[in-house]
Amino acid sequence: MTTLTHDPIGAHAPHGHGHGPTGLMRWVTTTNHKDIGTMYLIFSFIMFLSGGVMALTIRTELFQPGLQVVEPEFFNQLTTMHGLVMVFGAIMPAFVGFANWMIPLMIGASDMAFARMNNWSFWLLPPAAILLLGSFFVPGGATAAGWTLYAPLSVQMGMGMDLAIFAIHIMGISSIMGAINIVVTVLNMRAPGMTMMKMPLFCWTWLITAYLLIAVMPVLAGAVTMILTDRHFGTSFFNAAGGGDPVMFQHIFWFFGHPEVYIMILPAFGIVSQIIPTFSRKPLFGYASMVYATSSIAILSFTVWAHHMFTTGMPAVAQLFFMYATMLIAVPTGVKVFNWVATMWRGSLSFESPMLWATGFIFVFTMGGFTGLICAIAPIDIQLQDTYYVVAHFHYVLVAGSLFALFAGAYYWLPKWTGHMPSEFLGKLHFWCSMVFFNITFFPMHFLGLAGMPRRIPDYALQFADFNALATIGAFGFGLSQLIFLVVVVKCVRGGEKAAAQSWEGAEGLEWTVPSPAPHHTFEEAPVFKG
Amino acid sequence: MLGCATGAFAQDAVSRYNLQQPVTRIASEIYSMHTLMLIICVVIFIAVFGVMFWSVFHHRKSRGAVAANFHENTAVEIAWTVIPVLILLGMAWPATKTVIAMKDTTNPDITIKATGYQWKWGYDYLQGEGEGIRFLSNSSTPRDQIEGAAVKGDTYLLEVDNPLVVPVGKKVRVLTTAADVIHSWWVPAFGVKQDAIPGFIRDTWFRADKEGIYRGNCAELCGKDHGFMPIEVHVVSAEKYTEWVAAQQQLTAAAAVDDVREWALAELVERGQKVYAANCAACHQADGKGLPPAFPALDGSPVVTGDPAAQLALVLNGKPGTAMAAFGAQLSDTDLAAVITYTRNSWSNQSGKVVQPADVAAGRKG
Repeated sequence: MTTLTHDPIGAHAPHGHGHGPTGLMRWVTTTNHKDIGTMYLIFSFIMFLSGGVMALTIRTELFQPGLQVVEPEFFNQLTTMHGLVMVFGAIMPAFVGFANWMIPLMIGASDMAFARMNNWSFWLLPPAAILLLGSFFVPGGATAAGWTLYAPLSVQMGMGMDLAIFAIHIMGISSIMGAINIVVTVLNMRAPGMTMMKMPLFCWTWLITAYLLIAVMPVLAGAVTMILTDRHFGTSFFNAAGGGDPVMFQHIFWFFGHPEVYIMILPAFGIVSQIIPTFSRKPLFGYASMVYATSSIAILSFTVWAHHMFTTGMPAVAQLFFMYATMLIAVPTGVKVFNWVATMWRGSLSFESPMLWATGFIFVFTMGGFTGLICAIAPIDIQLQDTYYVVAHFHYVLVAGSLFALFAGAYYWLPKWTGHMPSEFLGKLHFWCSMVFFNITFFPMHFLGLAGMPRRIPDYALQFADFNALATIGAFGFGLSQLIFLVVVVKCVRGGEKAAAQSWEGAEGLEWTVPSPAPHHTFEEAPVFKG
Repeated sequence: MLGCATGAFAQDAVSRYNLQQPVTRIASEIYSMHTLMLIICVVIFIAVFGVMFWSVFHHRKSRGAVAANFHENTAVEIAWTVIPVLILLGMAWPATKTVIAMKDTTNPDITIKATGYQWKWGYDYLQGEGEGIRFLSNSSTPRDQIEGAAVKGDTYLLEVDNPLVVPVGKKVRVLTTAADVIHSWWVPAFGVKQDAIPGFIRDTWFRADKEGIYRGNCAELCGKDHGFMPIEVHVVSAEKYTEWVAAQQQLTAAAAVDDVREWALAELVERGQKVYAANCAACHQADGKGLPPAFPALDGSPVVTGDPAAQLALVLNGKPGTAMAAFGAQLSDTDLAAVITYTRNSWSNQSGKVVQPADVAAGRKG
């Protein structure tokens, strides 16, 4: 039996363990962190495109006032599924893919701690995705209660809701197992000499993220299970007539939901903190304060959930508490931005694709951070809650934040994954198209929200028409720009300029000590880390 | 009132980029707080990114920049932790005062309960001048405007059949609740947005300083027609308000007479068609075919063609766990009799049977 690995170099590596199955079964049975990382990344890109098609359908309906393309019920299904697919199918698995590929390489471990569980974590996702996307085709269609699944609306839904609940359970189990694996790997499998405070920041941010996942995914599972029993087994958790409380669902959901926001952004901070020093050719400024800031954000994230609920009518004291706690998050987040800028200050900068994306990330993500601060002010939030301002805000942090950082990371580590340098021309084209169209799409939404356009509506008053038309044009531009990335990756896998072990001039860290592409097995003997 | 209407359009014209022109003290405070926050954020943004872009242009390798090697500076790091905290304290102070003012719903002149239904609002005047008035407020945008068969009006999707009317300069306390799912009562010009939660009562208040027509929407996803349940508030002078109250009370008296008299089939069907269009057609559709499986057809339905008492019970009490609301709390005996008679004598359902208001009154007791 021949060895089947990623690449010619690996195939001829002196100790390629070529005893595994080949073809499809290789991928089904693999316990290799690189294979699993690759599968996570491909899966998340497919889900990203699926969620993108939903977004473009939404934007097509909103191009002009009036109902033209879809019925309101289906429109609500699209907004709901767009959110669920992007959060649970695209962004989260993409970061797990990065963790799988890079954490062992960065800490000098031979693989993840629980290699078989790692396989199971991934292979839970495709069935969950099939349940979620398949729910469009059941009687009544997919759930249309919004990705937040607020009761009692979610109790009214058809069987698409049950499929979504089941899918969330499965994806939650996958996330918890993945998180446990990362915690154990990072804590136990670092190369000799790599103390916690010498660990690459990406590993730190993922370690903290993993703890967040373990803490809050069970909370979400509990919330959706209560919806399920309210729907089918006669309980009244969220039904006032039976002694329950609909607002209780929101408290439980957002106790999960707010840490979830940081689950989707902390690893992005980690990626950017790897890239900025490399292309500044200068060590990261304030490493220790970055670790403390990340930890503070994680801890604070458990105390701010009700800022999503200022309009539910909390007592003044509760509004004030959640307002102050939320404003406080601006401090550690600001520290991070200042640290990145200080890293660039008096560096020797060059702007290859990864750096371009990382710099773009800081610029646009910070705008999302500022609108977040404005939303933290309870009286202002009461005006902006459930308007397009909020839609603009969270797309600035999730698209310009998480997604841009994912692209930055992909361009940064593609040489390590494929052995070839990604096309600089296409990488830059992808960046500039994404940056311009992203802002054309989402910047006008601030104005729409301020002027009073509610979110999650298929039709709108006439004064919102111009900005909506503009946003739709931007959305199509943004969507099509992502196909450039597909071309970059396919070209990069097939060939291109050969990448050196240290693929970027200023790159430091253990991942750059192994050949590019990384052989199937790396660090079978732990390296000695001298940091 | 037409004068007010043109005034409202003028406001629409200027509120494309920013919060709508405030007409209450709270909304003004929010407006200026937002402006202040925006200025502070823009200044910080320009300062931070001024530094970054200076670096981007001047510290480039291609321009021969050689990297320094510093990687920490305790004094700077403490400064950029402490200074933001001070700025935040400055922001929190006015916000705290406004939060407390927004929560002060004591001593209202008028109290109105706003009930969210899928997909309309119901208003009950509970206290103050006009006490006892109650009505439903449905979107009045014609279907053919939504579908593009007619030109869209200036107040497209922001207009209702029965607007809320309140006097200028009086403190109005709004209690919100809902019959089915969570809705949210939002009038941007008043700075008021309060979720309406089924089974619970929440409250908020406003005191409008300027006469005019102010428009808003439901702001919490509440199902299919969430985008089609606008709010329209007419703020009028004290005299006009008194006139309006008198007119409403006459209508109520007339409705009480309707509820006790005997109606002919044709009369009921004619009235029932209007009630159906306002309350039922969103789900069951004007042609009675519904949108199965969520919204069943009434044309040929065994419920509609079967025992009238069973249909009456379903319409009065709703069907828990579905979007079928309990209309007993919303509609008068006459309207319920009319709409049930209409469904039994429309499309292919031609029973010729009449359900009288008296039957509804009996059904409510039974």
